[in-house]
This record gives sequence, C-alpha cells and structure tokens, in this order.
Amino acid sequence: MPGGGIRVLPSGSTALLVELADLEEVLGLYAALVEEPLPGVVDVVPAARTVLLTVDPAATTLEAVQAAVRRTTPRTGRRGTGELLEVPVHYDGADLADVGELLGCDPDEVVRRHTAEEWTVAFCGFSPGFGYLTGAGAWDVPRRATPRTRVPAGSVALAGEFSGVYPRASPGGWQLLGHTGLAVFDLSRDPAALLRPGTRVRFVDVGSGR
Amino acid sequence: MTALTVLATGPLSTVQDAGRPGQAAWGIGRSGACDRAAHRLANRLVGNDEDAATVEVTFGGLAVRADADVLVTTTGARCAGSSCHDAPVTLPAGAELRLGPPATGLRTYLAVRGGIAVPPVLGSRSTDLLAGLGPAVLSPGVVLPVGDPTRPEPGVDLAPVPDPAGGTVTVRVLPGPRRDWFPDAAWAALTATAWVVSSDSNRVGVRLEGAPLERSSTRELPSEGMVRGALQVPPSGQPVLFLADHPVTGGYPVIGYVTDGDVDRCAQLRPGQLLRLRG
Repeated sequence: MPGGGIRVLPSGSTALLVELADLEEVLGLYAALVEEPLPGVVDVVPAARTVLLTVDPAATTLEAVQAAVRRTTPRTGRRGTGELLEVPVHYDGADLADVGELLGCDPDEVVRRHTAEEWTVAFCGFSPGFGYLTGAGAWDVPRRATPRTRVPAGSVALAGEFSGVYPRASPGGWQLLGHTGLAVFDLSRDPAALLRPGTRVRFVDVGSGR
Repeated sequence: MTALTVLATGPLSTVQDAGRPGQAAWGIGRSGACDRAAHRLANRLVGNDEDAATVEVTFGGLAVRADADVLVTTTGARCAGSSCHDAPVTLPAGAELRLGPPATGLRTYLAVRGGIAVPPVLGSRSTDLLAGLGPAVLSPGVVLPVGDPTRPEPGVDLAPVPDPAGGTVTVRVLPGPRRDWFPDAAWAALTATAWVVSSDSNRVGVRLEGAPLERSSTRELPSEGMVRGALQVPPSGQPVLFLADHPVTGGYPVIGYVTDGDVDRCAQLRPGQLLRLRG
C-alpha cells in the first residue's frame, strides 16, 4: 500500500517529516530509502515514529521528494535481515537488581532475557553512534528517577522499550545492566558507528569480571 | 607547509567548513559554519572551493600570524582592525591580523587561500561543539596548516554585501511539523512577539526570550529528526532556534521553521538583539 498510511509534515524549506504508524513502518520506509536513494536527498533520519528527509535545494524540490516518497514501497519484514553484530557484555551493571524487580525476575533472568533477544537498531540519536535497539520481548523499563551525571563509555543499558550502548562517557538516565569492551563508535574505523539503523545485535554474556 | 599561528582567539574561535551532511542517520549532525552564506563568500573571495575550511570567530578577538605571504579575507560580522573585510588582501610573511570587536553581527569568517588544512574527522574539518567531534576549539599557540590552492585567484577586489543588521531583525517563518500541538493564539504570539536573543545562545541554537508559548497538547513527543531553522518549544515555552550544532533528533515539538536562507542572518544575532518572525 505505497504511501497509503503516511502523513507528510512540513519541516522548513529544506526538509520533510514523514510520520508513520509505528517503528516497523519506520524501519520499512528507511530500508527502502537506503536501498533506492531519492535524488537530491542529503540525509534520511529515522526516529521512533518518523523519517526526516533533508534535501539539497539546488538538486531537487520538496514537492518532488514528497511525490517520490509517496510512491516508495516500504520494505516489509526487514527485522532480522541486517548485518549481525555480537556485543560481549560483562553483566555487572549497578541497576541489574533494580531492573529485575521492575520486570519481576531475578538478575540472572534479566541477563538470560537480554542475551536471548535478537535486537535491531531502530534509529540513532542522543550522541554520535548511539543506537536505539528494539527487541520482540516485553521490555518496558522506566529511566532512572535521577539521571547519572556520568555514565561510562561502553555501558549497556535499558530505558523504555529500548536497549543501548553508550559510545562514550556522558550523562544519562538509562538503567545500567553491564558494560562492553567493544568500541561501538571509533573515529579510526570506517564506518565509525557499528550500531547503524537495521543492524541486528546479540548481546553475549562474557562473565562479570572487569 | 604554509601556516597561520593563532595568537589570540576571543570568546570562541573554531574551524568550520560545510559540515558532515549525509551521516545524520548514525547520530552525526551536520555542524559546519553557522552563517553559511558568509562562509561561502569568504572562500570565493580567496579562490577556494566553497566548502573549504575557514575560522569562525565569535565576537572578534582572533589574532593570527602568517609564516608566509597568504591571501586572506574576512566576511560576516565586520571587526575593527580587519583591513581585508569582504576584500582579499595579502597578509605578508610575519605579519599579524588582529580582529577587534564587530560593530554589528556576531560571527566573522576568516578564509585563507588554500583553506585551513587541519585533518578532517568523518569527512569534515568542522568543530561540532554539541557532539564533541572535529578539531579542538582554537587556543593561542595552535598552528593552522594552510592547504594548496585548488583554483585560480578570482581577481575580485571587493564583495558589495551588507553588514549584518543591528537592532531588530525580521525573518520568515513557516509552520513546522507540530504546529497543531499549539493553539492559534500561540502561532499569533510567535509571529507578533519581538523576541529577545538570550545570552545563553551558542552554536547549538539561539534561545529566544518572551512571553511563554502555550501548548494545546501535553502529550510526550517521541524524538524526531530536525534540521537547522527549527523553532523547538521546550516546556518553558521559550523557543530555541536551532543553528549548526543542533541535535540530530529532539523530543520537544517544533512549532515552526525559519526558512533556510534566513537562518544565516539569525546566526549573526547577538544577545539582547530583537528577532521578529514573520509568518
């Protein structure tokens, strides 16, 4: 149903915001726009319910891009087809017990569920290389009531329906499950960001020692 | 290699080019020069590609010394002491260029023929202050390498462009994606108010002070992508006009957008100046 359910909202003289029903539709439209890029579109930014398209006004018009995006057929069943990344995790996070209480299980069960899940990077944001990962399970964990002023780089965390890995030390309010030694954002590597939209992620328990 | 040595920086001087378009999906914002038109003009005047790196100087105060004869110009905010404003001039080996405070405007672009040739990061030499990417903020003693010219000298003596306006600046605003999260009275207030530019403004955005804008919806907005020019309204009701180092996504509703060409003029607003948004 190309273009049937989408709403296109204005975002100034150089961008359009496409609003969709849910994250699955976002992943599907984003996948289509990556596989068949629209001419003159500079940036495609997926988010929780939207995809932003930024255009080069010298190359195209917003009207042409809007018509093209309405003709685009979102890819379906995209979850589970991206590149697979294994992230080794030491599950020694300060909030592991709290998360267990929130989910009604013990910390070992939190680790079991977190490692059993196949996660997918839905979108990025917050800081360079920070991916918002979603899974199929019932993850709904509030943020910490008081955000931490410093969360170390490599922290593996949960908030809302998302899991994530902090690319570098920053303030943060997510619940900390553990940490990884894998640099998910590294400027000396191309691409610098490992957690790009569509990437599948498996967390692997490698023990709790630092 | 030819180089400029930084002797003083004023409140904030950074290296900027056209930024990092095309990487926003990975959480990497565009950044780049805040006043793109002034940045491009500076490059054209010294015969550089338009996206070559320049020095973005905030409220004057930059001083540099050339170690060889270099063709330089400044554009944007006209600083006292710049003999090369909107006009290319040779800065002889050993000579210093010292920029005083600008009479109007906020940001001055110093271009040197060949471009500032610090190593690029993710394809750009821009300092992104929000993301912490790119070259360090300039400090005295830093040596800026100058690249090789890529084009012939342009043979232009002077660019007849107006200086940034003092006093009240009026720009055009279009309804944004979340215009319908606000009552009509809020849109009317947005476009009728003489907004005061806050001293908290920076490369991320121009913070505007005035009577708070009311929202008609208090729902939580899932974060969504935005570009420069967005007028995001946080719970305080005081809009923030996003500039070059804005976050890639934001979770507060965007009531309107300043048109892209007018954002350059907003990048020249100083604290205390008035901004009118014409609907």
